[in-house]
Amino acid sequence: MTNIKYKIQDLNLHYGAFHALKNISLDLPEKQITAFIGPSGCGKSTLLKTLNRMNDLVEGCHIDGTVTLDGEDIFDRMDVNVLRRRVGMVFQKPNPFPMSIYDNIAFGPRTHGIRSRAKLDQIVEKSLRDAAIWDEVKDRLNKSALGMSGGQQQRLCIARALAIQPEVLLMDEPTSALDPISTMKVEDLVQELKKDYTIIMVTHNMQQATRVSDKTAFFLLGEVIEFNDTADLFSMPQDQRTENYITGRFG
Amino acid sequence: MNGSIALPKEQLRVKHKAPNHQPTQQLQSWILRVLVYAAAIFTFSVLLFLIGYILIRGIPYLTPDLFSLEYTSENCSMLPSIITTVEMTLLCLVIAIPISVFTAIYLVEYAKKGNKLVGLMRLTAETLSGIPSIVYGLFGMLFFVTQLGWKLSLLSGSLTLSIMILPLIMRSTEEALLAVPDTYREASFGLGAGRLRTVFRIVLPSAMPGILAGIILAVGRIVGETAALIYTAGTATELPSSLLSSGRTLAVHMYCLSSEGLHTDQAYATAVVLLLIVLAMNTISALIARKLTKK
Amino acid sequence: MKRQKIMERGMSWLFALCACMSIVAVALICVFLFANGIPAIKEIGVLDFLFGTKWAPKNVPASYGILPMIIGSLCVTLGAVVIGVPIGVLTAVYLSRFCPSKLHSVLEPLVRLMAGIPSIIYGFFGLVVLVPLARNIPGCTGVSMFAAALLLGIMILPTVINLSESSINAVPSSYYEGAVALGATHERSVFFAVLPAAKSGILAAVVLGIGRAIGETMAVIMVAGNQAVLPSSIFRGIRTMTANIVIEMGYATGLHREALIATGVVLFIFILIINLAFAVIKKRGEST
Repeated sequence: MTNIKYKIQDLNLHYGAFHALKNISLDLPEKQITAFIGPSGCGKSTLLKTLNRMNDLVEGCHIDGTVTLDGEDIFDRMDVNVLRRRVGMVFQKPNPFPMSIYDNIAFGPRTHGIRSRAKLDQIVEKSLRDAAIWDEVKDRLNKSALGMSGGQQQRLCIARALAIQPEVLLMDEPTSALDPISTMKVEDLVQELKKDYTIIMVTHNMQQATRVSDKTAFFLLGEVIEFNDTADLFSMPQDQRTENYITGRFG
Repeated sequence: MNGSIALPKEQLRVKHKAPNHQPTQQLQSWILRVLVYAAAIFTFSVLLFLIGYILIRGIPYLTPDLFSLEYTSENCSMLPSIITTVEMTLLCLVIAIPISVFTAIYLVEYAKKGNKLVGLMRLTAETLSGIPSIVYGLFGMLFFVTQLGWKLSLLSGSLTLSIMILPLIMRSTEEALLAVPDTYREASFGLGAGRLRTVFRIVLPSAMPGILAGIILAVGRIVGETAALIYTAGTATELPSSLLSSGRTLAVHMYCLSSEGLHTDQAYATAVVLLLIVLAMNTISALIARKLTKK
Repeated sequence: MKRQKIMERGMSWLFALCACMSIVAVALICVFLFANGIPAIKEIGVLDFLFGTKWAPKNVPASYGILPMIIGSLCVTLGAVVIGVPIGVLTAVYLSRFCPSKLHSVLEPLVRLMAGIPSIIYGFFGLVVLVPLARNIPGCTGVSMFAAALLLGIMILPTVINLSESSINAVPSSYYEGAVALGATHERSVFFAVLPAAKSGILAAVVLGIGRAIGETMAVIMVAGNQAVLPSSIFRGIRTMTANIVIEMGYATGLHREALIATGVVLFIFILIINLAFAVIKKRGEST
C-alpha cells in the first residue's frame, strides 16, 4: 500500500468574490504520478498552485480547509520557503532565468545556503543528468539559458526544480508549449522521475494523462467530479460528466 | 515598444493619392503638408544650428590654459569646475540611486494595489518632477544651507539635486521593473527563494539596462543644472576641500562667465565642453535603450 | 532561517521608508517655502504684494510689488506657447505620420537630445544669436520679452513634441483608415480624424510645456533684460518671477530676502495649479 503524500480536506478557495475551488478533498499518493484534467478555468491549476502556496502572491485570495504534506499542515506552522523547497514546481511555459545554464540550476541550492563550488558542480551535473539533458548541454554550461530550444529549456526548468532535491514535483501543463518530440522526451523523463518523486501534473491533454499517470482527478467548475486510478477512470467513468468529457462531448 | 507599433505606422505613412479630389481639398492638403514640413524643418534646423554654432565658435577657444588646475581671473580655467561637477554628480548618485531604486522596488514588488499611502507616494513623486529647479534651489537654500547650517556647500547642493533627480530615476526603474516578466518571479518563488532574493538576484539584474539608462539621463540633468545650485552649492572658484565647502559646477561656471560679459570666448569654450558631456550622456543612454528594445 | 526572515522584514521596511521620501520631500518643500514666504506677504500686505506695480526694495520706504514679474512670467509663457505649441504639435504630426521610419530613428534621439541640453546653453545661444537678431527689429532693445518668448518657445519644443507624438501614435488606426476610405487625402485624414482624437494628450503636452516655460530661469535671465517694470511693448525688457529670485537673492537681506522667497511661493503655487491641471487632463484622457 502506498503512503499518502498530500492530504487535502474540505479545501475552498476564493479569488475575491469568485469561488474558484469548492470543497476539494483528495489524497495524493507518494511516488506516483497524479494527473489533474478538466476544461480550462476549472480550477486544476489553482489547486496545483495551492499545494506550494504560490497563490499567496495573488491579492484577494482566500483559502479555507487544510492541506497536509506528510501530516504537516502547510498553511499553519510551515515556513513557505521551506515548503517550496520540499515541493518543486515546473511551469506551463519554460521560464529559465536570463543567466547561464549553470547559474540557473545553482540558483535554488544557493538560495538554500550551499556555497561550495565543488558541491554545486556536483548538484548541477546530477540534476542535469536526472533531467536527461546533461549530454546536450555539458559543453555550454556557461552559455545563456535563453539560447536553448523550447524543449531543452523546459527540461532545464525541470532540472532546476530537481536541484533543490524536492520530495514533490508540481507540473503545470509542462508540455503545452512544446513540439511533439520534446513532449515525448519530457513524458519519458517524468516516468523516470516517478521512482524518486511524487509528481502531480496538470494537463489539458487526456492522452498524456493516460500515457503517464497512475491516478487521475477530473475537475469541473472548481469541483473534483471524480478521482480514481487512471485506467479505471478512463475505461469506466462513474460519473456522467466525466464520461462526457473524456469522450469529447464538451471542453 | 517601437517594434510593436512599427507595422501599423508603416502602413499609415504610405500616402494615399486619390485622383478626384476637389480642388479646395487639394489646396488645403497642400497647405497642411507645407506647414508640417516647415515645422519639422524649423525644429531640427534650430537644434542642429545651436549645436553647430556653439561647436564651431567654441572649439577654437579650447586652449590648454582653460584646463589648468588653478583658476585665476586671467585663465578662467574650467578644470576645477569640471572636477567639482564630477564630485557633485557622484555624491548625488550615491544619495539618489538607493532611495529612488528602493522606492521603485517598493512600488512594483511590495506595495498592494489601492493602498492610500501608495497613491500619495505616486502623487508626490509626480509633483516633484514638475517643480522647477529654481524652487528646488530656494528650498535647498532655506533647508540645507540655513536651517541645517551646512552653508553653501557640496553637501547642500548635492542633497538638493538628489531630490530633484529622485523622480527621474524612480520612473525609469519602475518601468524597467514592470517590464521584467512575471514568470521569472514565479520560477524563483517556486524554488523557495524569498522575495528579497528574488528581487536582488532575478528581477534587478534583468531590469539593469533600463535603470542604467535612467541614471545616465539623471547625470545629464545634474551636469546641466544651474538654478538649483547657485544658492545651495555657491560659486566658489577653487576646488572644494571638503563636503562642507562651496564649489561651482561647470554649468554654474558657465553662467558666471557669460553673465559677467568679460569672458565670452571662455564661455564659448565652456559651452562646448558642457554640450559634449550632455551629448555623450544622451548617446550612451540611447545606446543602452536601443540594446534593450532589440532584446 | 530566522536571520533570513528578519532580513526580509527589515528590507521591506527599508523599501517602504525610501518610498516615503518623496512624500517627506514635498512636505518639507511646502513647509519651508510657506513658512519663510507667508510672513513677508503678510507684512507687505497681500494686495500690495501681488498687485503692487512697483518693485523697489532699495527705496525708503521700500516697495515690494511683484505684479510686473507676474505679468512678465505670464507674458513670456504665453509667447512661448504661441510660438512653441504650433511648431511642436506640427513636428509631432510629422514624426508620427509623415516621416519615413529610417529618418524617424535619427530624429527621435535628436528630440531627446533637445530635451537634454542644459538651459544655460540655451540661454547662451539666445544671448549670442537671438538677441542680436532681435536688435534688427525696429524699436527692439535686443534683450526683450520677444527674445525670451522665442527662446522659451524653442525650449518647450521637445516637451510638446514628445507627449503629442505619443498621444497621436495612440490613436487607433481605424480613425485614419475610416477617413481615407471616405476619399480624404492623407493630410486631411491626419488633421481632421486623427488629431482631434489625440486632443487630450496634446492638451496635456501644452500644459506641461507651460509648466516648463514658467519655471525656466537661467535661459530667461540671459535674454529678457530683467527690468522690474510693467512691460510697455513686447520688444522691451521684462523680468520674470524666476529671474527676480536669482538676480537679487545674492545680496538681499531681511524683508527683501523674504519678499524674494515669497515670490518663490507665488511661483510654486502657479506650478502646483499647472501640475493639478495636467493630472486632471491626463486622468480624463485615460477614462475616455
